[in-house]
Amino acid sequence: MLDNWQFIAIFVLFAPLIPGAAIGANWLLSPKKPNRIKQETYECGVEAVGSSWIQFKVQYYIYALVFVVFDIEAVFLFPIAAAYGLLGAFAVVEIVLFVLILVAALAYTWGDGSLEWV
Amino acid sequence: MDIMELLKSLLELDLGGYLQSVGTAVWVINLIGVLNLATACMIIVIFLIWLERKVIARMQDRIGPNRVGGKYGLLQSVADATKLLSKELITPAGVDRIPYNVAPVLIVVASLLTWAVIPLAPGVIGVDLNIAVFFVLAISSVSVVTFLLAGWGSNNKYALLGAFRAVAQMVSYEVPMIVSLLVPILLARSMSTVDIVEAQGIPFIVVVPLSALIFFISALAETGRTPFDLLEADSEIVAGFHIEYSGMKFAMFFLAEFLGTLFMSAFFVVIYLSGYRFFGVEELMIGGLHIGALLGFIVFVVKVFLVYFVFIWIRATLPRVRIDQLLNFNWKFLVPLSLVLLLTVAVMDKLFLADAAQIPKAAVLMVTNIVVGWVTVELLRRRDNDGQTAVSPITEEAVTAH
Amino acid sequence: MFGLEFDQIFFVLIAAVTLGFSVLVVTMRNLFHAALALMVAFLGVAVTYVTLGAGFLAMAQLLVYIGAISILIIFGIMMTRRIMSAEEEPFNGQAGLAAFTAVIFFAFTTYVFINYWPAVPAVSPLAMAPEVDPAMIDNSVVLLGQAFVNPNAYVLPFEVASVMLLAALVGSVFIAKPRIQEAEA
Repeated sequence: MLDNWQFIAIFVLFAPLIPGAAIGANWLLSPKKPNRIKQETYECGVEAVGSSWIQFKVQYYIYALVFVVFDIEAVFLFPIAAAYGLLGAFAVVEIVLFVLILVAALAYTWGDGSLEWV
Repeated sequence: MDIMELLKSLLELDLGGYLQSVGTAVWVINLIGVLNLATACMIIVIFLIWLERKVIARMQDRIGPNRVGGKYGLLQSVADATKLLSKELITPAGVDRIPYNVAPVLIVVASLLTWAVIPLAPGVIGVDLNIAVFFVLAISSVSVVTFLLAGWGSNNKYALLGAFRAVAQMVSYEVPMIVSLLVPILLARSMSTVDIVEAQGIPFIVVVPLSALIFFISALAETGRTPFDLLEADSEIVAGFHIEYSGMKFAMFFLAEFLGTLFMSAFFVVIYLSGYRFFGVEELMIGGLHIGALLGFIVFVVKVFLVYFVFIWIRATLPRVRIDQLLNFNWKFLVPLSLVLLLTVAVMDKLFLADAAQIPKAAVLMVTNIVVGWVTVELLRRRDNDGQTAVSPITEEAVTAH
Repeated sequence: MFGLEFDQIFFVLIAAVTLGFSVLVVTMRNLFHAALALMVAFLGVAVTYVTLGAGFLAMAQLLVYIGAISILIIFGIMMTRRIMSAEEEPFNGQAGLAAFTAVIFFAFTTYVFINYWPAVPAVSPLAMAPEVDPAMIDNSVVLLGQAFVNPNAYVLPFEVASVMLLAALVGSVFIAKPRIQEAEA
């Protein structure tokens, strides 16, 4: 098992070298003539006004929230799916129950109108 | 004799086995494997960009690249990359330096890492993890973070807005992708990609076509391809989260997008199209030489390019959807459908098909899939005809975005 | 080096990174940077899981904590009105109380681990996990899956988890609701 992860570890250490080398070569070869106009934040033809780090709407948060719920569900269901051949018929009832409770969660947010994009 | 052994191992795509037999350290073999895999990915992507431009051009009745590198413009991508190398790396004033510079590196790392668990041919795989599918999902969720890094770091309203949209899209479509992936895992009884390929006596696209369809649609959205390319909807948010990047830093996002799309094609082939298998050709032995390894690899590559061609085809065919349509389609159609499909397959598999032979089981599951899909479409149609609020995003009334 | 195995040096290194970034999380004044530091701390924990042979847990850590919880936190930060780039004062009047609670909790968990956790040998603080059969580690995901639905094991926590997720979602949506209506108006 740990031998398996050795490959991943080497990969993680090696992989940044590819984009690193590309960007490094670019940095060496490219002209470097910064000026104030060039470095302005892009805006459609006018000067950018105010901070770019603005407040966002709550819908993004709701989507992320529902995602967290289903993500955690996945963590539970993946090992069960992998062990499915060894489980009895009773396990099916448990899984159906588990998923149905989550469907109730989805149905609540849906019925509540929180999934609407406004 | 040594040379013969080496040649044999190369033909059998088993260089690692040869190196092991002459006593090379495991970490050296792993390093060589990583180098091979990463280099191959890079070269294929350069070819892929040319292919995509050429195919799209043909579909739109244009010629496409035809100057650089002979009649077919084969070296167009190489020329583009060289041009990008000589471009100035403009760093806008007021960027958040660490996130801004980490993002292009991290996104390439994340899209390269997922290749470690793809079986390219019989016995040819970076690493056969017992949680391979889960590994892929975990690594792709890291690439979501890079969008936030880029969007935040750029100090640009369009970039931040683009990043937020991208993240909302990615996390939303990850749900149907995860749920639809549970179906083949359930049938293969394993999360290892090798086991899943070995379990496909009949490819899973035949056994569970609906799951394959849901996965394919989510894959389109996860890679940000048309019709879900809202991350860089030029008319709305200019270029999205990578607007403030130039030169090679921009090229890294471009590279990651192509790597990601190619990976999704490969992943689709592994999960639903039985990977390197093709009527037993992958087990072929000729005079003690396992030539099937090479044939299996060719089969795999051909399948991957066929799936990739469908990706290109869709890009040339469909227009872009709106963001509200995109999210409604996911949460009100794909997610419920994939959950229903998962429960149906789980119940059928355990209660009715526990002792069934392979072919009848596959047939019953296929019919079940088609019935579930048909019933859903029929329900939606009834609902639309009743004049109620439609669930289908295509018919939904336009609501003001933003 | 100091008579330590490679595993142990690696562990100390990863633990130091995790702890260092955890400290940054609570001391950084820019909330977005604090969230990024939190991600690195999560990553450190994931790497520790891998060294312990718990690959599934490590990937779950990546998927849930970095891929979902961190994003939720960042979205939460972006929603608040003035915090975005404002430099917030990281300490308030409750800092002392929080430190006290943390120390008590740490002492309690250490006590439980040393006295009631048979699998952890209390020989040395750097002691690695005891030798386990490799086949068992390879099979651990399947064993985990079986344990989740086994009536004699964790079926109750498993079902309660889904109820808890339901409650959490309903609660958060309920709290967020006024903001949505405000946005619509």
